Amino acid sequence: MTDLIALEGLNKYYGDYHALRDIDLTIPQGQFFSLLGPSGCGKTTLLRTIAGFEAPSSGVLRIDGRDMKGVAANHRPTNMVFQSYAIFPHLSVAENVAFGLRKDPRSKEEKGRAVGEALEMVGLGGYGNRRAHALSGGQRQRVALARALILQPKVLLLDEPLSALDKKMREQMQVELIRLQRQVGITFILVTHDQEEALVMSDRIAVMFEGEIGQMDDPETLYRRPKSRRVAAFIGLMNFLDARVGGEVSERKTAAPERPTDDPMLTRFRRQIGLLPKAPKALPEYVSGIEVEVAGLGRAVLPKERVPEALRHTGCTVGIRPETLAVLFEGEQTTSRTVDGVVDEVVYYGDMTYYDVRIEGVEKPLTISMKNLIGRPVLEVGAKTRVAWDERSLVPLGH
Amino acid sequence: MASLGRLGDDAKRAIKLVSVPFAYAVLLLALPLAAVLLFSFWTQDFLDIDRTFTLRNYQEALGEPIYRQLLVRSVLIAGSVTVVTVILAFPIAYFVSFHVAPSRKSLWLFLITIPFWTSYLIRVFLWKVILGYNGVLNTSLLGLGFIDEPLTFILYNANAVVITLAHAFAPFAILPIFVALEKIDHSLIEASRDLGESRVTTFLRVTLPLAMPGVVAAALIVFIPTIGDYVTPRLVGGPNGLMIANMIQTQFLRLNNAPLGAALAIVAMLCVTVIALLFIWLNRKWLRSQ
Repeated sequence: MTDLIALEGLNKYYGDYHALRDIDLTIPQGQFFSLLGPSGCGKTTLLRTIAGFEAPSSGVLRIDGRDMKGVAANHRPTNMVFQSYAIFPHLSVAENVAFGLRKDPRSKEEKGRAVGEALEMVGLGGYGNRRAHALSGGQRQRVALARALILQPKVLLLDEPLSALDKKMREQMQVELIRLQRQVGITFILVTHDQEEALVMSDRIAVMFEGEIGQMDDPETLYRRPKSRRVAAFIGLMNFLDARVGGEVSERKTAAPERPTDDPMLTRFRRQIGLLPKAPKALPEYVSGIEVEVAGLGRAVLPKERVPEALRHTGCTVGIRPETLAVLFEGEQTTSRTVDGVVDEVVYYGDMTYYDVRIEGVEKPLTISMKNLIGRPVLEVGAKTRVAWDERSLVPLGH
Repeated sequence: MASLGRLGDDAKRAIKLVSVPFAYAVLLLALPLAAVLLFSFWTQDFLDIDRTFTLRNYQEALGEPIYRQLLVRSVLIAGSVTVVTVILAFPIAYFVSFHVAPSRKSLWLFLITIPFWTSYLIRVFLWKVILGYNGVLNTSLLGLGFIDEPLTFILYNANAVVITLAHAFAPFAILPIFVALEKIDHSLIEASRDLGESRVTTFLRVTLPLAMPGVVAAALIVFIPTIGDYVTPRLVGGPNGLMIANMIQTQFLRLNNAPLGAALAIVAMLCVTVIALLFIWLNRKWLRSQ
């Protein structure tokens, strides 16, 4: 895979306002790439810079190895799907789709066939004679897609294309966009403020804040291993706890507590008669890693690679995803470590229940999500419970 | 009032609301029109009006070459004024809509109306000063050595009427075009650029078609009043710049032939109506396609 788009040290100023700060970015051919961030973070400016509607104040933008400096939007191998779709109101659907084919040397019939195919591809076959105002939001969106894709651009730029659609339609279009992208193999760059949309659709995501790229990773890494607190806070729900990071330690692993129902005598007997496999030679297990003292939870040892060098021997924040914690229901046992807590708030979502559980030593209650499995009760506010956690739940975060 | 009593409160309120403008329309629009129409079928009998119904005025109005010539000239002059005004107004409207900062736009529109602060008559006289034989334009051009003798084709003919009227009606053309341009979503222009069109082709394929309703409205607003204008042709038109309205005025006031004047007015009105309907049909066509 070659890098189709390369940005080096790109800056954009509007007067005193620094809209893009030293953006370095490469996007390989065929990737579904997303620019994600809150409004005003510069993601749309970056997209419009790639499209040629904004000139960077400094830095280099290359598309397919060619420097785009001084190349106007109409001469760039990019096409854009606008947030408002920008369907020409004085033209029919087919005329809209054929708009960019004026200089195409093909015959009128061939162009007509290409338009028909493009409309077919976006599921609008037979809509060619409709007027733009007779289309729904989703249909306009499809016309905009067909109009851009018929020109077979090297890059398709999508500026919040789904933000004007209702939830159902949006989810449907997400799937369809992914399908289309696989089908045509064109590099897509999507701008969105919807983290869920970015996670669902992208191969890679750049999270932007105040004109900078906060983190650039594949969706899973971004979700599970955010590098900074603001990235973690922007993507999904995250509990934040204060922590102190110590140095490297090597120690014997704390044995998991035996289940109380396991009678040691009975276990030994079962092993002897072959009901259970022979116990492995109990060699003392050692764990080595970085020592972290987390407020409210206690001490944990994290693998070295999980704690960035810069955070060692400092105070930092530890993030914990709600689904990596568990509320223990009455009579449930766990091999994980637990901490006592009181249910502060219950939000029922049907398939999930979100609990806010207050634990000692932490000001803000921990948010914990639990799947509503069969037979699992929903706790009430004020109920005493235990929260199970694990070293693997902890994500040390930079600032 | 028995029938009124059966009407709903809404209907009563509607009648009450409508009655004042209705009376106004009848008194100030329908009655004078009806009077003109009535006059056109009568004849002037020295000092009296002969009230027998006749079509003789229309025969004269349509048959005499002088009236036909004046009517054709009026249409041509009004048409030229319309074309000149719209062509000159478009760049101004375009500039204000596309290149002036949004916070400054109302200031610009305000500045465009400045010529209206002086009386129409004074503006016409000023054009006389500018275009005259020893006027500002001629003396400047002579002084600069561009011409050897004063230009005479710029005053007391149809050209002078066109220039003066085009200036007078400029704001009426600028405003509707400005409004049409303001309504254009700029992402449409960007989309056209994105789809491979240059600035010029984008203007021709997107901006101009979308501004067309404003252009048609501007043409209508300029054409209808100018075809019936009589002050400007009277003051700067000379003998060859006179229009139908001057003849109507002459018939009514100088020749004391109100019925013929009325018939000429009705013919001119019908002419305007036909052309206006054509404009409206054009506008509908543009609007429907959007």
